[in-house]
Amino acid sequence: MLLVLAVILASCAPKPSTTEPQTLTVMTHDSFAVSETLIREFEAEHNVRLAFVRSGDTGSALNQAILSKQNPLADVFYGLDNTFLTRALEEGLFEAYKSPLLDEIPDQFEIDPDHFALPVDYGDVCINYDKAYFDENNLAVPTSLKELTQLEYAGLLVMENPATSSPGLAFLMATIAEFGEENYLDYWRELADNGLVVVSDWETAYYTNFSGSTGQGPQPMVVSYGSSPAAEVIFAETELDEAPTASIIGPNTCFRQIEFVGILNGTQNRDLAEDFIDFMLSEAFQEDIPMQMFVFPVNENADLPQAFIDNVQIPTEPASLPSELIHANREDWIESWIETVLD
Amino acid sequence: MTDRLRSLTKKPTWRALIFWLLPAAFLGYFFYQPLLALFNLLISPDWGFRLAELDLNRLWQPLWFTTAQAALSTLLTLIIGLPGAWLFANYIFPGKKLLKILTTLPFILPTVVVAAGFNALLGPRGWLNLGLMALFNLESPPIQFLNTFGAILTAHVFYNTTIIIRVVSNAWSQQNIRLQQAAKVLGASPWQTFREVTLPLLKPSILAGTLLVFLFNFTSFGVILMLGGPQFATLEVEIYVQALHMLNLPLASILSILQLICTLAITLGHNKLAGHQKMTIVPRSQEIGTRKPKHTLERLATTLLVIILFSLLVAPLASLALRSVVKLEASRGERGEITRGFTLQFYRELGVNRLGDLFYVPPITAARNSLIFALITILITITLGILVAYALRQRSPINAVLDPLLMLPLGASAITLGLGFIIVFNRPPFSNFRFPILLPIAHSLVALPFIVRTLSPALQSIPDSLRNAARALGAPPLRVWREIDLPLLSPAIIVSIIFGLTISLGEFGASSFLTRPDYPTLPIAIFRYISQPGALNYGQALAMSTLLMIVCAGGIFIIEHFQATSKDWL
Amino acid sequence: MLKVSNIQKTYEGKPLLNGVSFTVSTDETICLLGSSGSGKSTLLRIIAGLEEAEGGQVFWKEKPLADLPAHQRRFGLMFQDYALFPHRNVAENIAFGLRMQDRPKAEIEQRVRAALETIDMLGFEDRKVTELSGGEQQRVALARAIAPEPRMLMLDEPLGALDRTLREQLSYELRSILRKTKVPAIYVTHDQEEAYAIADRLLLLHNGIILQSGKPHEIYRHPKNAWVAKFFGLGNLIQGKVVGHSPLTVETSMGMIQASCDGEQPGIGSQTTVLFRPTRACPQRENCTNQVTGEVLDQVFQGETYRVTLRINRDLPNFNVQLSEPVQIGQTLTVGYHPEDILCLENRDM
Repeated sequence: MLLVLAVILASCAPKPSTTEPQTLTVMTHDSFAVSETLIREFEAEHNVRLAFVRSGDTGSALNQAILSKQNPLADVFYGLDNTFLTRALEEGLFEAYKSPLLDEIPDQFEIDPDHFALPVDYGDVCINYDKAYFDENNLAVPTSLKELTQLEYAGLLVMENPATSSPGLAFLMATIAEFGEENYLDYWRELADNGLVVVSDWETAYYTNFSGSTGQGPQPMVVSYGSSPAAEVIFAETELDEAPTASIIGPNTCFRQIEFVGILNGTQNRDLAEDFIDFMLSEAFQEDIPMQMFVFPVNENADLPQAFIDNVQIPTEPASLPSELIHANREDWIESWIETVLD
Repeated sequence: MTDRLRSLTKKPTWRALIFWLLPAAFLGYFFYQPLLALFNLLISPDWGFRLAELDLNRLWQPLWFTTAQAALSTLLTLIIGLPGAWLFANYIFPGKKLLKILTTLPFILPTVVVAAGFNALLGPRGWLNLGLMALFNLESPPIQFLNTFGAILTAHVFYNTTIIIRVVSNAWSQQNIRLQQAAKVLGASPWQTFREVTLPLLKPSILAGTLLVFLFNFTSFGVILMLGGPQFATLEVEIYVQALHMLNLPLASILSILQLICTLAITLGHNKLAGHQKMTIVPRSQEIGTRKPKHTLERLATTLLVIILFSLLVAPLASLALRSVVKLEASRGERGEITRGFTLQFYRELGVNRLGDLFYVPPITAARNSLIFALITILITITLGILVAYALRQRSPINAVLDPLLMLPLGASAITLGLGFIIVFNRPPFSNFRFPILLPIAHSLVALPFIVRTLSPALQSIPDSLRNAARALGAPPLRVWREIDLPLLSPAIIVSIIFGLTISLGEFGASSFLTRPDYPTLPIAIFRYISQPGALNYGQALAMSTLLMIVCAGGIFIIEHFQATSKDWL
Repeated sequence: MLKVSNIQKTYEGKPLLNGVSFTVSTDETICLLGSSGSGKSTLLRIIAGLEEAEGGQVFWKEKPLADLPAHQRRFGLMFQDYALFPHRNVAENIAFGLRMQDRPKAEIEQRVRAALETIDMLGFEDRKVTELSGGEQQRVALARAIAPEPRMLMLDEPLGALDRTLREQLSYELRSILRKTKVPAIYVTHDQEEAYAIADRLLLLHNGIILQSGKPHEIYRHPKNAWVAKFFGLGNLIQGKVVGHSPLTVETSMGMIQASCDGEQPGIGSQTTVLFRPTRACPQRENCTNQVTGEVLDQVFQGETYRVTLRINRDLPNFNVQLSEPVQIGQTLTVGYHPEDILCLENRDM
């Protein structure tokens, strides 16, 4: 057995070669995706081999980065969002880098003034609704969070538990932004009384409970992403002219998540890491983002693909909360929410 | 020197230690080292941990629920599994082989997919609810399954029944039928025979199966989260929430330690109950002692059981597989013309990298990787498992200490172990390998307790007289092992290989930490599809799951076929 | 008491029991003899109700037993491999059948004690059965079978695994126990010495039927055919052809032999086997009609007599005789046989 293992190990060890390119390791979460051609171009241009370490969801990847900060697993970390930003900065995970491309990125995304973490993309957690359901029942689509507590929407919304799901937490934060820390629990009490359905994870909410997805569940409204309608078109069973779902984009109904990239403290490949970040902020990569990850580019020069233009509504007044506030109160908010809604 | 060595090997404790050497080193290096390092790092004031500030309610509440649901789930699993074991050990019926393979499949499936399977069957728009609504003209679905305690119990029974069936029916079919016959001629009715002879003789295997099932339920995670819903939290779910969503690693560590202590206590309790019963079995070739059901009552009971097993274990799988080849009309105007009917589109799409994604996984590659990991897991665990089984055969007090330590990986949360691996093995040589060798090692840690619990009783039951006979006939020690032990162990080895295969193929938790994009596994690929919106993604996830089931069923079929045909030389 | 009628059973497609019939009466111990693989154990299990016959019936006091399950038949069965319950100690094994009858606790204790006394194993109550020697296990198995007072006892090669002295000793013990308990018994063995020691009557199972039955000395004196004679090791068997009647004359490769036979004489020209009993060889050959001459190959001292092995010619098997005086190895010896001591047997099954 040991022999077999040895053979396998030996065959898998990197083979030395004469003009060996350097390796740049990028640590990220499971949802990271990119076009192969773009990566190959970057590799050729900089004589580098990119290695990606995808380690579970955002929280999981961040934990690994924190635990290994004495002996970093990678050179670059991508996928940090604004809810975890302060924690990562407090840990001192990153080295500052003021990329020249930051000029092309609107100020609203540049949350970290010291440029330890640079914004790459953003997405909105929004309520998706099943268009057909509202048509058939002659029901008006709600336009604000408050309206969801009205009787005609009783039992129509499914959401994820903020303790176990990132869109669930984002939606909770949207309500805190809308009603304030003093009043949000009152709102949740009303919403719970109005037949709010809570499940643990996005997969169950979207594929089991939501009627607009392939699962054809009982609830016509679900907490999902603003880009989900576009995905319904792109990943349809047969070609569709129009998405079967849409997002509710009233003021503060959607919570904006921004994702960041940073150079991990202690990297031996600082120059390459900078090149890679510039590459991520460049138009080519930024335009690749929507179709691969179903989020939006922060670079204002990047064009959106047609499916997004047709099917995705970008909220003009998304909810947001200061990263420090989230960091300080995350646990309290979640626990109060659990006490109010679940118990 | 050699004399001294020889006299040492005569002492049971020394012999046990020699057998333990490799397994203990493996466990120590790959399990205890990372865990201790992690706990040592996290439970310190540097990480903001203050023992005094620990709210004990945050421990007792999940602990209480974890124990209660595990006990209840295990009880239900026994209620279904024991009759199942009886059926498989004693009767021949059409479709037996197929049913045996099918009942093993739930074990490998990722919870996401099982949840989808149950949903297709019992969900608000599952066919059972739709059928009942149509039948009784109901407005709303009569069966509320998802997000209930009942769903947790059902899913646990669904997952774990196979453990009881495999472990117990294996022991049952090896029982000496003369003992039952002796009881009968001494006036014991069939029920008395069962209670007085069969059951006590099955006790060790039932207890072993119960222990494994209980521990699996005790550390349940995905089922609680996805089918139980947000009201329910086991220790493992709390660990997940605290570690990955609250970033409260010290609390997650405390919960992990609590879970490990409980695992240890449960194992010790089991060992005390099981005692050290040495049982001689009469190894039988397959199907001897089994028969067709004869009396009306027997026929009724066996048919009923087959139906229960089919509907409980196979129906959710079948509805899943069916859904992967069927398009459903979406009943929505905007969706254009979607026709209901047979389709292979989801399977075709698996082979297409639509968006030119760097991380696209061809299904064959995922299947190949999964099988490679499974093969390494099997190699490691069978080798170590046989060594441990021989160590446990020695009458030595060190076994009482080392055996429970072997079971602990079953109680370790995948998240904790994954994080421990990151901090300890994030250095050469492991960081140099592109091949994630840590992945099959993690699988081996989980599979080893199963394999030891399968091999050890089988080994104990081989009478020494057979070895002595072979020795007397001139066979040197290694030859004795090959001629006597190995062939008599072969049924247990086959069961072990199946456990190794299924545990490795289905493992997701540790895999998601340790895998590398170059080596995705089938469960990882499934998860990738189902975590994105869109009918096509959903269909592809189901198609990939069906492939996983086919790969696994094929594996089991080949292994069992191999067993049936290779008796002569194995 | 017990009547077994026309039992049929096949094993893996081949006939194993082919119409077996016999009876066992009160107080009688019968011995079922047969070579291994002859279906003896299967027959016992059919009588016990553990296996079903494909044809035929078993009756107890004229009542068919077909619908009576094994545990209600109250037949004791002692298994060849003893089948002691490994999870119970000696006393618990013996008490098992009594517990099944729901006897009071005190009675069970007393009976277990009595049974242990019978098998001379008092003090072994709490011992694990897995730690007993072969002889001890055998005795516990016997005690377990007898303790619940079965209406009939069946023993399947009970002494098979034991050494010779133990076997002899136990076979006498067994006989006295069977006499004492006065239950009818069926005793299965392949060893005729054991059978002589135990049995009131012998049954010979061969080719799926009862070939011959009777008291031991009857079978010994009058074996039904050549197979029976060979199975019991009755003596030298020589092939021949009947060539004349009165006196019955058989042509063999050692010459013309004058023989006798039980019942009707075989027809002239028919093939036959003649049996020369070693003990009947008379050294005063002058008085005998038949003479057997051969070279002495071997001689074994057997106490009262010497067993002498002769080679008559190349075509014949070695010929044994019992003599009271020693002879020289290598010498030529001639012994005589009276015609009434040479038995002419049916050739079937040889």
